[in-house]
Parts: sequence; structure tokens; C-alpha cells
Amino acid sequence: MSLWSRISNAVRGERLNREIAEELQSHIEEAIASGRDPDEARRAFGSILRQREASHTIRVAGWLESLLADVSFGWRQLCRNKITSAAAVLSLAIGIGSCVAAFRLIDALLWRPLPISGSSKLYVLSRQMTGLYGKPIEDGYWATPNFKLMRDAVKDQADLIAISDAERMDITWSGDRAGNDDIEKAHVVYVSGNMFPLFGLEPALGRLLIPADDRGPGAGPYAVLSWDYWNHRFGRDPNVLGHSLHIGDQTLEIIGVAPSDFTGTEKGTVTDIFLPLSMNSMATEDRADWHRIFLMLKTGVNPATALEPMRQHLSAVNRAFGSACSTCYRGDTKADIERFLNQKLVFHPAGAGISELQKDYRRLLGVLGLMVALVLLIACVNVANMMTAQAAARAQEMALRISIGAGRRRLVQLILSQSALLALLASVLGAIFAAWSAPFVLSLINPRDNPARLDLPADWRVLLFGFGLILLVVLLLGLLPALRASAVRPVAALKGGEDPHSPRRLMRGAIALQVAFCFLVLFLSSLFVASFQRLENRPLGFSTDRLLLLEAVAGQRQLPVVWNQTAEALRAAPGVNSVAISGWPLLGRIRINSDVSIIGAPPSPTPAWFLNVSPGWLSTMKIPLVSGRDFRPEDTSPGAAIVNETFAETFFPGQDPIGHTFERGANQPINKILAVIPDVPYDDLREPNRAVFYVPFDEIDGKSTPKAVDFATFTIHTDAQDPLALAGSLRQLIAQRHNGLRVSNITTQLDLVRDQTIRERLLAMLAGFFAVVALFLAGIGLYAVLNYSVLQRRREIGIRMAIGSTRTSIVHLVTLDVLPIVALGGCAGGALGFGAARYVASLFYQVKATDTDMIALPTGAILLTALIATLPAVLRALRTDPTEILRNG
Amino acid sequence: MAAIADTSGEVLRAEEGSLYPALYRMEEAGWIRAEWIKKDTGRRARIYELTAAGKKQLGAEESRWQSVSLAINRVLREA
Repeated sequence: MSLWSRISNAVRGERLNREIAEELQSHIEEAIASGRDPDEARRAFGSILRQREASHTIRVAGWLESLLADVSFGWRQLCRNKITSAAAVLSLAIGIGSCVAAFRLIDALLWRPLPISGSSKLYVLSRQMTGLYGKPIEDGYWATPNFKLMRDAVKDQADLIAISDAERMDITWSGDRAGNDDIEKAHVVYVSGNMFPLFGLEPALGRLLIPADDRGPGAGPYAVLSWDYWNHRFGRDPNVLGHSLHIGDQTLEIIGVAPSDFTGTEKGTVTDIFLPLSMNSMATEDRADWHRIFLMLKTGVNPATALEPMRQHLSAVNRAFGSACSTCYRGDTKADIERFLNQKLVFHPAGAGISELQKDYRRLLGVLGLMVALVLLIACVNVANMMTAQAAARAQEMALRISIGAGRRRLVQLILSQSALLALLASVLGAIFAAWSAPFVLSLINPRDNPARLDLPADWRVLLFGFGLILLVVLLLGLLPALRASAVRPVAALKGGEDPHSPRRLMRGAIALQVAFCFLVLFLSSLFVASFQRLENRPLGFSTDRLLLLEAVAGQRQLPVVWNQTAEALRAAPGVNSVAISGWPLLGRIRINSDVSIIGAPPSPTPAWFLNVSPGWLSTMKIPLVSGRDFRPEDTSPGAAIVNETFAETFFPGQDPIGHTFERGANQPINKILAVIPDVPYDDLREPNRAVFYVPFDEIDGKSTPKAVDFATFTIHTDAQDPLALAGSLRQLIAQRHNGLRVSNITTQLDLVRDQTIRERLLAMLAGFFAVVALFLAGIGLYAVLNYSVLQRRREIGIRMAIGSTRTSIVHLVTLDVLPIVALGGCAGGALGFGAARYVASLFYQVKATDTDMIALPTGAILLTALIATLPAVLRALRTDPTEILRNG
Repeated sequence: MAAIADTSGEVLRAEEGSLYPALYRMEEAGWIRAEWIKKDTGRRARIYELTAAGKKQLGAEESRWQSVSLAINRVLREA
């Protein structure tokens, strides 16, 4: 009862006082009623006031009472300056909210451990090697036979787990459940049979995959659904067990549902279906590096001592596997083979999962975190300045409090409670902002039809971060003004102020800091915005106008003639202007390289990339011919080829390549070059131009028999402005032909181009937003400080005017006060900016930190803001009426 | 207070009012509990009674006092 009653008494302090008074009073009245002399009774009782005070302090938690008093006093202070307080709360809310939102994203993608047992003992295996063009690369994908050898090699100390990245596959559901044979997309992941047991996962329904399901090819035709997929696709129907799904020509039976929090190891993607590793046809191929390898240390194995020997052991196994591959290095020189075999294996901790999204967005999120932290700091400096000004105005009050006996601790508490109030109000708004903005930013990552998905729970991690942040903000805001206020020397302050310049010195330091942060934010965001604009405006070399792309698959491969007939049917449909076929679309994130050898020579050290296209594809894409002619229906591959200019320069420097031939590797059939076309981006807008050759869609094998094709893309130029308007009817048209072709994906060339710039667009948008906020806050801060300084120096300015100072010199007086500060801050910000730009240079596209306009832009923006912020203060100074000042003081 | 003064032969005297801080302290410690009652005179009064913890505490304090005063007496007699 005791602490609680003292706390509750503190809240009802007045009532408690009355109660005590009543009890004491009743004691005296009792004494009088029992016949004692009233005066004697009162004398014997002692001082009522003193006893009441003594009783009060016993029954009340004194610290709480004074805190409550301070908080309510702080609240009244805030209410007195409603507009400044609201501005302070709002700017802090944006700062806090952005920081929390950024933390949620960063934590969810990069730091949060996977919901599995032993996540701290989980590592992922990758290899560092020399890639194409001699560039060092790190590769994290492995062949299954290699995985099995390595798994057996270290089985005493660790378990190796194979997990493929999620692939968006075409699946169909059979039976009464789905009702129709419609094709749909699902994220499919192949896992080795030991994954679920090693991760300590329990099924939500049925059973999970076990090592026996992964014995060998086709041994375990079973599928486990993720809880999320079970939920949104089947509404958590327990009868889903036993139903089967089809992928290609495979039929798999559903045996269970994974636990609800496990969405796979690939952060940013939610897996829909888990299949045994051995159900993938690539699992038997020595040359197919297609899945990741995770390593889970056994209990009691010390990573510090065990990892390095294990790494060396695995390196030896890997090298032996690589050397034994007889089919891998046909035609390669000894040096090339040695270069390939020279791999350095590395372990990375993988407790937080591993994904391409992490790799792509690590830097971006780092920049984002930096910017939101800077914006929060700018906001804090602003509010601290405001509070310093208020504290300076209250110097006399503070002095009075100290003279009548307030402890310094109490004064610090008084001011800190005011800043805590501000921070708490701001954090409520900030929490709302963060709750909205983190999912919003997440939804902008990745193409619309395949959005990034992350769990963004508001759990103790986020709460802890939020509380830490609030504490930091309270200290940043309040500590300086509080210490200043408590250091007031009462005698000097009560006499009429001590050094009038000292709060201004402090505030000017703060301004320099603010300008530096602001410059840094502006500098980085102008680099990002420029990168995005340059990428977006990169000349494509082909048209994206009215181009519909139907990506089609043939479960059983179909001959080119079937594909060509389908294209012919599409051509006849109303609203269709022209139709062509390509293996896959440009900028569709697919790239396949091929060796190139000229007249029987060994393959060149640099490969070229290729694409199969039908006659008319060039004109449909509006790609002009530099020279030569387009494919004709009778052209086949191998036999004919069209090359781009980079290909011509690389392999036929200084010659006209038309009529020359090349082979796709040693001892391969020859291709005759029919035409040269300009370079167009192949798979990635950011990459420099690659050497690309185009071959006819109709392929034949060695005996001139046509080769069947399992997937290709119909490129359709429509009459209507919106190509997607035709998508439904054309899809129907293909389905109605019942020739084995099915549309698996519908998109437009424009969307593919747009999808290329998602990360840059996101970064430019966020950076632009924070740049505006930072500039605005810095402007407000500058304005407030100048205004305050003019108010403080009102008398000085008045006297100067009275003794004949010109308007120009008054303007100088006011502005020279801040210009050096702004310049200093700008320079510091620039220095910081160059440092930061080095770290994020990989996010730039064709911009450099040293570009003149990249420096000029933030400088100009800051100068302009400074000018606008200075204007009101200058005008106020000029409007000073000397006579009034001299008369009233 | 009057009772204390009488019993001690006017040796122990205290202000009557100082009783209350002591009472409150004991109440906070949980040794006594209090409640407001209405007296037949119509006035409200607060009456106190010992709690179980209070009785235990009283016993402990009493025996401690006994042993201390005994010790002091012995020391004084020795001297």
C-alpha cells in the first residue's frame, strides 16, 4: 500500500491537505469538548501548520508531486506560445516518425532474426572469385551435387542446408478445390529435406518436409504451403491436405502448412510453396548453380575456432568438385580454368535471412537512415533554440527561484519536463506517421505485380527504439537550456541581466550545425534526384509506346511453327497493329550470355549476350537498322544473326561486319551477320552497352529439324493508347486456340522500363521530401534566431540609429551576424557530403559528387533560404524607432 | 499524549500534534490502519488500530528496548 498510496496521494495533493487539516482540527476540538481550556489545548498541540507540513511530506511521494507541478507548469508554458509549440511538436513528430519508420524498415529487412531456433548459429556460404572482365565477384549459388559432397564433409560439426531463392512459377491446382485449370503465379522455394527439422519448425497443419522426402529425383512429390499462402489462397481450409498442384509436368501433393511466422529465409519475399530440393530437375546437374547453401553449427561448436577449419575443408571439397567436372570447361584455356577454380569460400552470418533485396537496398536504407537522423537533429536544434530563447527570457524567473531556495536539480527538472512534454506529444504524432509511412515506403519497393513483402510488427524492438529515441530527444532538447538556466547567477540576473550575448553564441553555434546538416541532406538528395533523372531520360533506342508484352509458356514444348501461327492469329485481332516474338523482352531482367568465336578461333575472353527474335521484331520495337536487312521467315538459327554496334566494334573492329560470320563457341555452326543495329539497353538500364547479337526465333538442330520452344514473349503494338486494354481479349484468343500455349504474364514495355528505375525513383522521392523538410526547418531556425537577436539588440540598434548609423550599416550589423555562420556550416556540410557520397557512390548514375551543379544546387538553395529567413529580421531592425527606444529603454 | 505525560510522571513530554506525523509514518509502514468514523457528536474522526504486522513490530521493538535498557542498566550498575 505504501508506495502506491504515496503516489496516489501526490495526485490528489489538495484533498490530502484538507484531510490532514480536518484530522488535526478534530483532535483539538475533541480536546476542547472534553473540557480542556481551548488555549491550553492549542498550545499543547503545537503549530498546526508545521505538523501539517510534516504529515504531508510523509504521506506523499515528494518527487512525484514536484514532477507533477513541473509538468503542469511546462504545459502552461507550451500553451502560452501555441504557434511555436505546435511548430516544434510538428517538426519533432516528422523527425521522430521518420526515424522510427526507417528503423522499422531497416530492422525488418536487415537485422531482425528469422523466427527459427538457432538463428545465431546460421551462416550462408558464398565464394569470392574473378568474374567476367576480371572483376571480383561474390557468388552465393551452388550446384546440388557439390552441396551433397560438402554436406557430408562437415557433417560432424555442422549441418548444411540448401534453399533456393523464391521463384515466381506458373502453377495450376487440380481437383474440386480450384475448380478450373487457370494458371496462377506462386513463389516456389526448393529446400533440402533437413531444413524444417533443423530450423525447429512445427507444422501449423499436417506435416513438414523431412529428409526422407528429399532422397532422390522424384522421390518426394510433396509440397508444404506457407501459412500466409494457406491463409490468403485457401482461407485456412484444413481440407487442403491431400490436394495436388501442378508445376510444368510435375504433380505435387500438399502434406502440410508451415508455422505462421516463418515466411522463408529470403527477406522481402513471402514464400508460398516449399518443395523438396530433389523435385527440381536441376538438382542432378553438376553445372547448375541454383540454390544457396546455409550452414547451421551443431550445438556446442564454437564458431570462433570451428569456422575456419571448416571453411578450408569445404574449399578443398569444392575445388575437387570443380576440377572433376569434365563438361564444364570445353574449349577453355588452362588459365581460364585455373581462374575459375581459384575460389575463396566465405561464411556470412545469416541469422537475419539473406536476399537480393537486402543487397540492393542496404545502401539505400543506410542513406535513408542518415537523412532521417539528420532531419531529426535539425528539428531538435530548432526546438532547443526555441527553448534557449525562452529560457533566456525567463532568466529573471530562474534567478528568483534560485534566490528563494530552489535547488538546481529542481530547475533542471523543470526544463526537462517541458522538453519531455514536447517529445511525448511529438512521439504520439510521430508514431502515427511511422505506422503509415513504413508500409507505404515498402509498397514502393519492387514492381507492382510482385511487391516486396516484409513483416513490420510494432513489437518490443520498435518500442525500445522509440523510447530510446524519445529519451535522446528529451536530452538534446532540454539539457543545454536546463544547464544554462540552472547556472544563472541570481545576483547578476536580478540586477538586469548578465552577459546578453551568451545565449546568442549558443544559438549561433546551433545554426552552424543546422546549416551543415541541411547542406548534407540537400547535397545527397540532389545527387539522387539527378541520378534518377538521368537514368529516366537515358535514350532507349527503342519505343515503349503502345507495346503490350504477353509472356507465354508451353507446358509441353511447342515447335516454332505453332508460335508463329499464334502470332499470325494475334495479328488478325482487331486493334492490333503488329506482332512479333522474342525469346524474352528487353529489360525483362533476363540475360543469357554466349561464347563468341570467330572462324574457329577459341572463344573470346569477353562473351556476348543474345536474344531470339522473329522477323518484324525490330520494326515493332521501332529499332532502326544501321545497315543490312531484317530477318526473313526462312532465316534460322544457327545460320543468320544481327548484331549491335558494340558487338561489331568488339569483334570486328574497323570492319563492316555484314557478311562476316561467327560461331557460338568452338566447333559450333556458323552464323552470318545480316545487319547492324544501334545499341539498345539489354537487361539493365544502368549497365553500359553490352555486345549483343540477335538470332532468328526459329531454331534448328544439327539435322535441320526445328527445335521446340517452351517459353517466349509476344510483342504486340496496339492501335489504342493503353495497350493493356487489349490484354484480356488477346489472352482469351491464345487460350481458345488450345495449341498448348498459355499466357503466364502480361505487362507492357513501358512498365518494364519503369521497373528498372524503382530504386532510384524511391530514393529520389524520399531524398527530395527530406531535403524540403530540412530546408524548411533550417529556414525557420535561422529566422527565429535572427529575430531573437534583433529583439535582444533593439536598444543597441536604436542608439546606433540615433547617433547617425546608416540603414546599410544596420543591415550589415544584422546580417554579418549570421552570414559567416551559414558559410561555416555550409562548408562543414560539404565536407561531410563528400565523405557520405563516397559511401553511396554505387547508388549514383552518371553523376559525381564533384559535379559543379551538384554543389551549386544545395549552395543556392541554402543561400536563398538564408536570404528569405533574414528578411523579416532585417526589416524589423530597420523599423526600429530610435526615439521610442531612447524614451522607454 | 496526556496519558504519556501522566504515566511517565511528566518526564516524557511532547507536543500533542507531533503524534500525527508519527501515526502517518506507522501507517505508511503498514503497522497500523486507519479509518474515518462518524462520532455521535456528528464530527468525523479518524481511528487507528494495530495491524498484524504492527503487533509483530511492537513485540520486536519491545523486546529490543528491553534488551537495550537492560544492557544500559547493567553497564550503569557496573560503573
